[in-house]
Amino acid sequence: MSEAISALQGRVTAGEVTIREAGLRGMITLRGDLADKQLRTVCSAVTGVDFPGLGKANCDGQKGLCWMSPDELLVLAPYAEVGEALAQIDKALTGKHYLAENVSDARAVMMVEGAYAREVIAKLSPVDLHPDSLAPGDFRRTRLGQVAAAFRMQDEDTFEVICFRSVAAYAFDLLTASAGAGRVGHFR
Amino acid sequence: MSTRLAGHGRLINKNKAVDFTFNGKNLRGFAGDTLASALLANDQLLVGRSFKYHRPRGVVAAGAEEPNGLVNLGKGATFEPNQRATMTEVFDGLTATSQNHWPSLEFDVGAINARLSSLLPAGFYYKMFMYPRSFWKHVYEPFIRKSAGLGKAPKDRDQDSYEHFYAHVDVMIVGGGIAGLSAALAAGETGARVLLLEQTADWGGRAGVDTPQIDGKPAEEWIKNTLETLDKMHNVDLRLRCAGAGVYDHGYALAYERLTDHAPETDGPRHRLWRIRAKQIITATGAIERPLSFAANDLPGVLLASAVRDYAVNFGVSLGDRTVVVTNNDDAYRTAIILKKAGLDIPAIIDARPEVAGDLIDQARALDIRIELGKGIAKVKGGKRVTGVALCAQAGEGAVLEEIDCDCVAMSGGWSPVVHLWSHCGGKLTWDPDQVMFRPDPERAPTGQNGQPFVITAGTANGNLFTAEVVGDGWAAGRAAAKAAGHTKAGAHAPQGEDAAEGPISPVWLMPQGAGYALRSKAWLDFQNDVKVSDVQLAAQEGYESVEHAKRYTTLGMATDQGKLSNINGLAILSQSLNADIPNVGTTTFRPPYTPISMASIAGVAKDELFQPIRKTPISDWSNANGADNEPVGGWRRPYAYQRPGETVHEAVNREVKNTRENLGLLDASTLGKLIVKGPDAGKFLDMMYTNMMSTLPVGKCRYGLMCSENGFLMDDGVVVRMAEDSWLCHTTTGGAEHIHAHMEDWLQCEWWDWQVYVANVTEQYAQVAVVGPNARKVLRKLGGMDVSAEALPFMQWAEGKIGDFDARVFRISFSGELSYEIAVPAGQGAAFWEALIAAGEEFGVMPYGTEALHIMRAEKGFIMIGDETDGTVIPQDLNLHWALSKKKDDYLGKRAHSRSHMADPNRWKLVGLETEDGSVLPDGAYAIADGVNANGQRNTQGRVTSTYYSPTLEKGIAMGLVLKGPDRMGEVIAFNTVEGGSIAAKIVDPVFYDKDGEKQNV
Repeated sequence: MSEAISALQGRVTAGEVTIREAGLRGMITLRGDLADKQLRTVCSAVTGVDFPGLGKANCDGQKGLCWMSPDELLVLAPYAEVGEALAQIDKALTGKHYLAENVSDARAVMMVEGAYAREVIAKLSPVDLHPDSLAPGDFRRTRLGQVAAAFRMQDEDTFEVICFRSVAAYAFDLLTASAGAGRVGHFR
Repeated sequence: MSTRLAGHGRLINKNKAVDFTFNGKNLRGFAGDTLASALLANDQLLVGRSFKYHRPRGVVAAGAEEPNGLVNLGKGATFEPNQRATMTEVFDGLTATSQNHWPSLEFDVGAINARLSSLLPAGFYYKMFMYPRSFWKHVYEPFIRKSAGLGKAPKDRDQDSYEHFYAHVDVMIVGGGIAGLSAALAAGETGARVLLLEQTADWGGRAGVDTPQIDGKPAEEWIKNTLETLDKMHNVDLRLRCAGAGVYDHGYALAYERLTDHAPETDGPRHRLWRIRAKQIITATGAIERPLSFAANDLPGVLLASAVRDYAVNFGVSLGDRTVVVTNNDDAYRTAIILKKAGLDIPAIIDARPEVAGDLIDQARALDIRIELGKGIAKVKGGKRVTGVALCAQAGEGAVLEEIDCDCVAMSGGWSPVVHLWSHCGGKLTWDPDQVMFRPDPERAPTGQNGQPFVITAGTANGNLFTAEVVGDGWAAGRAAAKAAGHTKAGAHAPQGEDAAEGPISPVWLMPQGAGYALRSKAWLDFQNDVKVSDVQLAAQEGYESVEHAKRYTTLGMATDQGKLSNINGLAILSQSLNADIPNVGTTTFRPPYTPISMASIAGVAKDELFQPIRKTPISDWSNANGADNEPVGGWRRPYAYQRPGETVHEAVNREVKNTRENLGLLDASTLGKLIVKGPDAGKFLDMMYTNMMSTLPVGKCRYGLMCSENGFLMDDGVVVRMAEDSWLCHTTTGGAEHIHAHMEDWLQCEWWDWQVYVANVTEQYAQVAVVGPNARKVLRKLGGMDVSAEALPFMQWAEGKIGDFDARVFRISFSGELSYEIAVPAGQGAAFWEALIAAGEEFGVMPYGTEALHIMRAEKGFIMIGDETDGTVIPQDLNLHWALSKKKDDYLGKRAHSRSHMADPNRWKLVGLETEDGSVLPDGAYAIADGVNANGQRNTQGRVTSTYYSPTLEKGIAMGLVLKGPDRMGEVIAFNTVEGGSIAAKIVDPVFYDKDGEKQNV
């Protein structure tokens, strides 16, 4: 197989809040009945994490499950293991109505790391980022500036942002500009 | 003259001088000064010329309501016009220039307009410019363009940065006076998330100047203690220099924070636009003092009474040695008392009321201040500044009783609560005749989605003019808002305020009451737009009874200050003229923003590179490094052609077409939409979405499909691929990917919600390359991998496998008429795949080609293009695509619409090919002309050009067009118009110009 490259090939802008492209990540869009037992079981089997509730993401390293909508889940896996994960899902769900598609290459992943990472996101996304409303483990499907995006709060100072590959440079520059503009001081 | 007062100025630091310039003159102020206070401290009373009559004007107010003190600020990349001197904090190096005069502020030629004021009455624009018509273009417009407009437009690019911030709070409080602080305290104690905004650089509002007692302490001390308490509450965010700009539906609000205007050397964004979702909003926005309408009330040196004491107390600036106070209420006595105590002279308090009683009056009397009751000002004396006033009886017509020398007039016509934010989203007002003001009607508050009020007004903004009411009201509002937002934890008790006893106000809308025309035509209502009492009266006389009509006819309240000082006075004059009650005349509409906000703050970070996201394919970087001349297509930039050195774009396009037809071309087709449609009902669903039959397409095959809207019009096309028994891949146009995805979801979610179908947009998962031309198979064989022979992979089929090292899905489809493979590889491999094709293709004459070559080749083949041959009014039948309309299906989107009489009309224009007789290229969009003219006197038409190109293959112009009964008129010559005039003859021909039997693509 030809070696795949990520959209921004690991671009980094360091600062008080650092923006870093995280490289390739395996992703599967899974649509189906999220209450289905076999679906939940295979998702956990593939990723080793519990099935997430509404607005949540359960992740362990490169693997994880993110709640996207009442009938959609995002399955995260190491890039090289997506084929295997897809095969496992297809096998487990044979005969059921579902859709599982590899979207690893359609996406870019960026890390937002630093003291006021929360405010960097809040400058760009209409999501409520107040600590009482958004805590580590929370996942939101939203927008950043003018593009669609999703993010997961990894820990107090770290967000993982997912956007479409074609706008990776825009999203990166947007995050960099917002980080560079400094702290707002709203979340005290 | 105006100057500094020793021992005063609570907001300035006299140890820190700052240097600035005004109209090139070097001046000095102190840290903490506003530009207005610093100018006044330098005896710069005159700050600008009025809009229409170019009358000399000085500052009237000390806050956001200022109509006159507008300046050009900064220069070059920081230049900005119309900045309020009263809201601009001075800093070292500030440069300001005055506006609206020529050649200079002191001597302005435009002041001749004042002499011509009888020629510039209300409705002047409507009256003067009607006749003769030609005068508009040649006389009036050039004149108006030269004389109209405040300030100058910036010429340089803005060097600053801006940002947005989204905040979600329980309680947003607008106004950091004692009501707002009290509300913040009450709401903050419950644990609610509170955002408190103050538009100025200081907390406390008027209480800092008027110094009432709160909780037994001077207000300043209470304010300081309260701020300390609030600062310890982590649920409370306090923002200075942050104005509540607008209140909208569902608790959405905008606030405008000016971060570095006062300190331009500071890093970071200049302005921040807050986009707030608040469960509850408290408007503690205070009140604005009203001017009084007497003759020459616009002379520099006539100020609001509150502003005169603000300048004295806050900035240590006296407007003059002798100040006459003119009023209809007790509050203005505070100005006289403060100035007198500062050692300045108060020649008289002129009170329009015949009788007065109250603590403030007693204090004034105790200071031996002369009080003239039942009197008014007949006119103010002076030219470019006040030199005196003429006293008259308020009840009379203005006969002068006495002239009093003075250099400042402090006027007060009462207070109007700032109801703007309350009103933005539908809050209603009620007229309070006792206090002579419109105040918010709490029974008719703006309501949210649950029908409950989401805005509470508090303090002076709620019509409470006394401290005790204000702090109590603020507290209650804070509690109520927190409770409505779900926070009920009890806290401390409400602060207690104390007040001086005041007597009632008496309404005075004109001074003197019986002023004749000469006085009325010099009594200003709107200082910024030059509207006088006589103008509003004239509008009423001429039938403009609605306040909204009178506003537009006179331009009252239409300037950048939106009539903050003039609206109530203006509508009172209007109601008197109409002999109606003020509440029956009503107010004009309050619209956001409360004060102007910068355009740049609205753009936020979206400028330069971030102005708009530009979508990039995995191959875009290669294209841009290899001569791509891009065009925008659906959010992407696609190479129109790949230009080589020394080549025009046109030459590049011709080269690309010829090379693709003769050798090998590569097209980056990654932008094509790719939708996966999967499920037990997917076939049934696609049969509805497409006009063709898709359910019967065998696995492994491709079919060209048409999509119509429910009204029958063509909306998209593309190749549909059967991936598996229950799964299809639908290719859409580049611009169609997102909206066709949304279109499918719409039908699935709203109409056929019980059908088992899932759709996923995988457009960006793949880089797709069209490998086109007679050598296409050779280059793929060279790369190795899967069998791409005609036998293994025939035309209109697809297969999955490896091409070289690459994971590939290979579709044998052709939009060019040549042997063609469209190959999709994972996007991460896209750049390498493209480069591998370029390298391997070298011996086969490979060249990349752009969208224009793509267009030409499809036009040579007579293939339609969505957006060229279609424009939202075209149906498949117009394009002779009957073959793609399945007759086997009971239904599909658009089917029923196609049977409507107009759609089935045999006289619809239909697609044909067009060839000029001389081989030239027809102009794009040209109309085929027919005999006669229509009802509008326009030439009749019988068709139009939809696509037109120079064909390098055929070495002549080719075109497609829609022509009346076109397919029945083959060989006929018709004429097309041109922009230059004259017409071009073209022959109707078959639209397939090249390889009609399709032999070249099917090899």
